[in-house]
Amino acid sequence: MEIEIIRIIFLTVVLFSIGILGVLTRRNIIVMIMSVEIMLNSVNLLFIAFSRYFQDLNGEVMVLFVMAIAAAEAAVGLAIVIALHRNYHSIDIMDIKALKE
Amino acid sequence: MEKTLITLAMWLPLAGFVLNGLLSLRSKTANQSLVSGIGIAGVLAPFAIFAYLTFNLDILHLTEEMKEFVLFSWMNTGTFSIDFGYRLDGLTIFMAWIVTGIGFLIHVYSIGYMYAEKKDFSRFFAYLNLFIFAMLHLVMGNNLVILFLGWEGVGLASYLLIGFDVHKDSAADAGKKAFIANRIGDAGFLIGMFLLYQVTGTLQYSGILEFFSVHSVAADLLNVIAVFLFIGAVGKSAQIPLYVWLPDAMAGPTPVSALIHAATMVTAGVFMIARLSPVFLGAPEASTMIAYIGASTALFSALIALTQTDIKKVLAYSTVSQLGYMFMAMGVGAYGAGMFHLMTHAFFKALLFLSSGAVIIALHHEQDMRRMGGLFKHLKLIAVLFWIGAIAISGVPGLSGFFSKDMILEQAYTFKNGGPVLFGMGLLTALLTSFYVFRLIFLTFHTRHDGVADMEHHHDDHHGHDDHHGVLPVSWNMKAPLVVLALLSIGGGYVGLPHLFTHETPAIVSYFDKVLEYSEGKSPSEASHEWKNHPTESEEQVLMGVSILVAVIGFLIAFLIYQKGNARPQPDGAARPFYQAWSYNKFYVDELYEFLILRPMKKLAEFSYKIVDVKIIDNTLDAIAAALVAIGNFFRSFQSGVISDYALYIFLGMSFLGMILIGGVI
Repeated sequence: MEIEIIRIIFLTVVLFSIGILGVLTRRNIIVMIMSVEIMLNSVNLLFIAFSRYFQDLNGEVMVLFVMAIAAAEAAVGLAIVIALHRNYHSIDIMDIKALKE
Repeated sequence: MEKTLITLAMWLPLAGFVLNGLLSLRSKTANQSLVSGIGIAGVLAPFAIFAYLTFNLDILHLTEEMKEFVLFSWMNTGTFSIDFGYRLDGLTIFMAWIVTGIGFLIHVYSIGYMYAEKKDFSRFFAYLNLFIFAMLHLVMGNNLVILFLGWEGVGLASYLLIGFDVHKDSAADAGKKAFIANRIGDAGFLIGMFLLYQVTGTLQYSGILEFFSVHSVAADLLNVIAVFLFIGAVGKSAQIPLYVWLPDAMAGPTPVSALIHAATMVTAGVFMIARLSPVFLGAPEASTMIAYIGASTALFSALIALTQTDIKKVLAYSTVSQLGYMFMAMGVGAYGAGMFHLMTHAFFKALLFLSSGAVIIALHHEQDMRRMGGLFKHLKLIAVLFWIGAIAISGVPGLSGFFSKDMILEQAYTFKNGGPVLFGMGLLTALLTSFYVFRLIFLTFHTRHDGVADMEHHHDDHHGHDDHHGVLPVSWNMKAPLVVLALLSIGGGYVGLPHLFTHETPAIVSYFDKVLEYSEGKSPSEASHEWKNHPTESEEQVLMGVSILVAVIGFLIAFLIYQKGNARPQPDGAARPFYQAWSYNKFYVDELYEFLILRPMKKLAEFSYKIVDVKIIDNTLDAIAAALVAIGNFFRSFQSGVISDYALYIFLGMSFLGMILIGGVI
C-alpha cells in the first residue's frame, strides 16, 4: 500500500521540529547531539520518500552519505563531550559559557 | 660683483645668529670674546659692504637693471609669482647705513652692557644678529612680500629681546603685548598690500613704481590703500592708537631699546611710506589723516613723558613723540624732512638710550629717577654726552635735532589743510620735549639729594656680598659708541641746512627728491607742491625763531622747577594734582583698553569656555558617546556564551535565508 507523500512530508517536518526544539531547549549536551541525529534522520526519511516518489536513485545515494557523515559527527561530538566533562566535570551547557569571554 | 656683495651682506647676520645660537645651546658660559666677535662680525661686515658700495657706485644714477636683482624664484603659482631679490637705491642704502651703522655701535656697546650676564651673553648676540638680518631684509628687499618677511622678522626679534629676561613675568607680558599690537597693524598692512596688488598687478617695487610713473589712479582707491598700509605703520611705529606696546617694550635690555625701539625697527613705518611714496602722494586725504595722527601722537606722548619717573619710560614716550613728528612730515608730503628726522633721531635717541643704559648699569640696574641725582660728579663723561643728546633732541640751534625738527615744523606750517594747527601741535610738543628731557637731566645728574647715598645703603643692606658699592665705573666699550653717537648727533644735521641759511633746497631734501622721483615722473616735493603754501623769508625767520624760543623756554622751566626749586617727583602712591595724575598714569589709556577691549574679550572667552565649550560641545560629545555605549550594551546581550542561543541565531538566520530563497523576494 502506497502512503501519500504529503503524510511523509508532514512526519519529517514534525521530526525535524522536535530535533530543533531539542537542540534549542535541552541543557544536556548528549541529548542535544541526539536531537541533531533526529534532525538528520528526518531529512533522510524525506530523501527516501522523494526518491521513491520521483523514481530517482540519487536520493537514496544521498542518504548513505548522510548516514556516514552522521556517524563521523557522532564520534567527534561524543569525543568533545568527554573532553568537556574532563575539564568542567559537567555536561550541562549552562556551566560551559567560555564563548562569552 | 655688487650682487654677490649685497647677498653676502644680507645673509652674514643670519650666520652670526646661527653660530651664536648654537653656542648658547651648547654651554652655559660660552667664551665671551668669541661670542662678541661673531656678533660684531655679523653687523660690521654688512656695514663695510654697504660703505664700499656707496663709495664705489653712483647711487643716484643707477640703471633699473642695476637697482633690482633676483636671487631665485620664491613662489610661483601660475599667474602669481614672487621673486626673492634685493633692491639697491638711494633709499635702501640710506636705511642700510643707519641699520648697520647704529647696529654696529650698539653691538659694541652691548659687549660692555651685557658682560655680567654670562649665561645669556651668546643668546643676546644671536638675537641682535637675527634682528639685523630681518631689518636688512625689510629695507633691502625688492618687493613688498620680502618687506613683510622682514617686518615680521623684526617683530619676532623684538619679541624675543623684550622678553629676554625670561624669568620675569612683566618682561614676557610686555613681549606678548608688543606682538599682539603689531598683529593688529599687520592685518591692515596685508589688506593694503592685497589692494595694491589689485591695482598694480605686481608687488615688486620696480613694477609698482613704474606703474605709478605711467598711470594715474583714482584718489579714492589710493586713499583706501594708503589708510590700510598706514595701519601697518601705526602698529610697527607705535602711533595712536597702537602705541601702548612701545613703552612696555622697555622691559628689554637697554641696547635693545636703543637699537630696535628707537633707532631702527620703529622707523620701519616711515620707511614704508617713503618706499611707496607714489601711493601716499596720490592719496591726499589719507596723507592729511597721517599728518594729524602723527601730530596727535607727538603731543599726547610728550604730555605723558612729562611726569614719568622711570628714566627709560621718559625716553620711550619721547620716541613715540618723535615718531609722531616723522609721520607728521610724511603726512604733509615732506618726505625728505621725515627721513631726515628719522636719521637724526636715530643718532640722538640711540645716544640718550645708551647713556641712560650706562647710568642704569652704574647704579646696579636702578631705573627710577627718584633714586638718582647728583650723578654728575660720578659719571662726568656720561653726563656730558647726555647733555649733548638732550640739546640735540630739544632743538637748540647747531645740533642735528634742530635742523630736522625745524624743517618738519616749517613744512607742517605751510600745509594747506590746517597747517597752523599742525604747527601749533608740533611747537607745543617741542616745548614739552625740551622740558621733559632737561627735567630728566636735572633729576638724574644735577640736583643734590640723598639719592645716591640712599642707593649705597640699599646695596649695602641687600647685597652685602657684592664687591662694588655705589656707582660702578663704565667700561670703554660702552663709552666709545656713545662718543661716536654724540659726534653724529652734533654733526648729523648739517646735511640738511635750512633754506633760510643757504637759500637753496636743503641737501637731504634734494637727495630724497631725486631718489623718490616716481609719481608720474615727479619728485615728492613737486607732487606735493599743491598741498602747500609757500612761506616768505620773514615767515621762515619767525617760524625758526619761535621754535628756538620754545626750546629755551622748556629748558628754563625745567631749570627753575627742578634745579632751582629742587622739586622731586612724588612716590607712586602720593596724591597728585589731577593734571599730573593723568599724565603720570598715561591718561589711563591702558585702563581704557582694558575696559573696552580686554574685558569684553575675557567675557567672550569665558562665555566660549563655560557655555559653548563645557555646555554645548562637551555635552554633545558626551551624548554621542552615551548613545554608542547603549547600542553596544544592547548588542552585547546577544553574546550570552550559551550554545543553544547561538544555535537559535543560526536557525533564525537560516530560516530567513530560506524564506528569501523560497519566496523569491521579501
